[in-house]
Amino acid sequence: MARPKVAFFDFTCCEGCQIEFTNYGDAAFLELIKHVDVVEFREAMSEKTKDPIDIALIEGSFSREADRPRLEEIRKRAKIVIAYGQCATTGGINALKNHTTDYKKCVYGKDAEMPHLDSQKALPVDAAIKVDYKAFGCPVNKYEVLQIVSHLLHGKEPVIPTYPVCVECKRRETVCRYQEGDHCLGQVARAGCGAPCPADGIPCEACRGFADSPNEPALEKALRSAGLPERRAKEKSRMFTANQRSDSK
Amino acid sequence: MSTATQDVKISVHHLTRVEGHGNIVVDVRKGKVEKCEWHVPEAPRFFEAMIRGRHYTEVGRITSRICGICSVGHTLASLKATEAALGIQISEQTFKLRELLKHAENFDSHILHVYFLAAPDLLGVPSVFPLVATHGPVVARALRLKRLGHEWGSLLGGRTTHPTKAVPGGFSSLPTRKELSELKAKMLAAIPDLEETLKTVAALAPKFPAFDRPTEYIALASDKAYAVYDGDIQSCMPDGKKQRYKVADYRKVTNEFMTPLSTAKYCKNKLDSYAAGALARFNNNYDLLHPEAKKVAQALGMKPVCGNPYLNTAAQVIEIVHTFHDSLRIVDELIASGIKDEQPVKPTKYATGAGAVEVPRGILFHEYSYDKDGMCTGGDCIIPTNQNHANIQKDFDKLLPEMLAGGKSEKQIELAMEMLVRAYDPCISCSTHYLDVKFV
Ligand code: SF4
Ligand code: SF4
Ligand code: SF4
Repeated sequence: MARPKVAFFDFTCCEGCQIEFTNYGDAAFLELIKHVDVVEFREAMSEKTKDPIDIALIEGSFSREADRPRLEEIRKRAKIVIAYGQCATTGGINALKNHTTDYKKCVYGKDAEMPHLDSQKALPVDAAIKVDYKAFGCPVNKYEVLQIVSHLLHGKEPVIPTYPVCVECKRRETVCRYQEGDHCLGQVARAGCGAPCPADGIPCEACRGFADSPNEPALEKALRSAGLPERRAKEKSRMFTANQRSDSK
Repeated sequence: MSTATQDVKISVHHLTRVEGHGNIVVDVRKGKVEKCEWHVPEAPRFFEAMIRGRHYTEVGRITSRICGICSVGHTLASLKATEAALGIQISEQTFKLRELLKHAENFDSHILHVYFLAAPDLLGVPSVFPLVATHGPVVARALRLKRLGHEWGSLLGGRTTHPTKAVPGGFSSLPTRKELSELKAKMLAAIPDLEETLKTVAALAPKFPAFDRPTEYIALASDKAYAVYDGDIQSCMPDGKKQRYKVADYRKVTNEFMTPLSTAKYCKNKLDSYAAGALARFNNNYDLLHPEAKKVAQALGMKPVCGNPYLNTAAQVIEIVHTFHDSLRIVDELIASGIKDEQPVKPTKYATGAGAVEVPRGILFHEYSYDKDGMCTGGDCIIPTNQNHANIQKDFDKLLPEMLAGGKSEKQIELAMEMLVRAYDPCISCSTHYLDVKFV
């Protein structure tokens, strides 16, 4: 692809995935913009365009019907759509409210039914439009995004891990959290992050969502065996996988 | 055109170069202001509902996601609230490491704001990208400093976007003395870049618009330090009069309320609005700034109480220098004392607690309640941008008539208003509770 036009868009999210782009440092950032034209990036630039774009990077969940036309418009303009970050790929943290019905009331009290509080279930971007590639993570692994874009520039198919975080954790020879009397979601979490959390002494929370075919009952058993009470063991994985669990609403 | 009969129509839909979504709507007919409003159409995310039923070790990891830019601050405010609720007293070492982590975020975010979001206005370009061609070395310097902030924060927090290592009671993993020495070396190597930053800003300083609307300034304050990680709440009035409040009493200061003018929640204390952020901290805590930062304040002609909201950006530059030098002090102290291997402190009770820190955009409050199993039963998060909305609106109310009287064009007014909002460095994406706006 010759010098593609790249644009960034955001929906319901914390913009942390966009911020990761400013964390590349001078070398990677200045190198990246040698190869692509950034044509829209509202967080950092005032320029806007109506032109077709080659790669649209979409951050954030689809959480209100009002955002559907904007998503459709992006799809129409873009050759390739990449959903990046957990909010965009699975609904992410925003979907943690999906199994509840009183979230509006809890936060807004008597104002809960005001019409402009339009918020539906938090869904991934591909609930509204076709998405070509997904970069998981909360936040995204910025080097993975770089790799996806670079593969696309070179006409290669990006490869995203389908196996669990435990694989990467073992590879870096981290002592398992279960050995330390703790618990962890690494068995069901999608790899690609390099397993930094267990290495830093805390459980993986599956911020990249589930790996392919996660064994949920086995996870619950493992969590119970680590001493978690039943309610917690059942709920534990929901933080970033609310839309992927077998009980997702 | 005579200004008295001027028509001005401004509709900035999704203001750029801010985090999150905000709109400016102005309607002036024949010189009469019909509408002049600052709106926030951010999608609500319901964090306070999502933390219910989650274990105390998970709450900070969830509420960190309120904002990707101040996620260190959200994590720390969350940990402080949880620790207050669980009767956890952190060690002195943890305190220092957290201060150092907080400094890293303020440094990192201020560099981003000053160079990438505010500087293009002062240089008359729409973004940092055209500057790559015209001001290449400045952009490279900005990116180098940004990387320093990121590496400094990552050493302590694991990463700067949603840090992993800071946990209730302490840290899950500690930096080594060697890593701290390496950080110090990196910081020292950045001093020329910092000096150049000051020169660049000093050269651009005359371009900050002249505008004055002193207000109430609210910030953390402590007798020991220019408060960023810990302190009480302090109010500073335009005449410099100060008053302190306990963090647990934050609701007495924030007083969230709804207004028919805008659908975002507003805050007010003694006046009908107040400001939080770098300028509020500067006005409250000037005396405790590092001497090097005071020098910068003098060079930029800044004195407390400063009532020009555009100079929030200048206050950020002063804080960049303060944060840098205060961090060198902490790093030196930690290297001298050595890093002790400490396990996070365990809970001693389960109740309700509040915590506050100074994030780049101002004072941030979290509060949570826990049941006997350590599961969260509810919480409240009040973010700085929320606290600033009423103040931005009040600034608009004074700025627009002044500009109309001064015969400014629609374009000039629009830019001045955009710059004003950007000066607050609003972080609207962290809207824990905002309402949507429809325009007629
Ligand atoms: S995936 Fe996480 S870091 Fe990215 S926008 Fe969503 S909440 Fe923020
Ligand atoms: S620590 Fe977690 S990711 Fe690592 S091996 Fe154990 S369960 Fe798997
Ligand atoms: S280890 Fe787990 S929680 Fe940590 S980054 Fe990887 S997927 Fe996310």
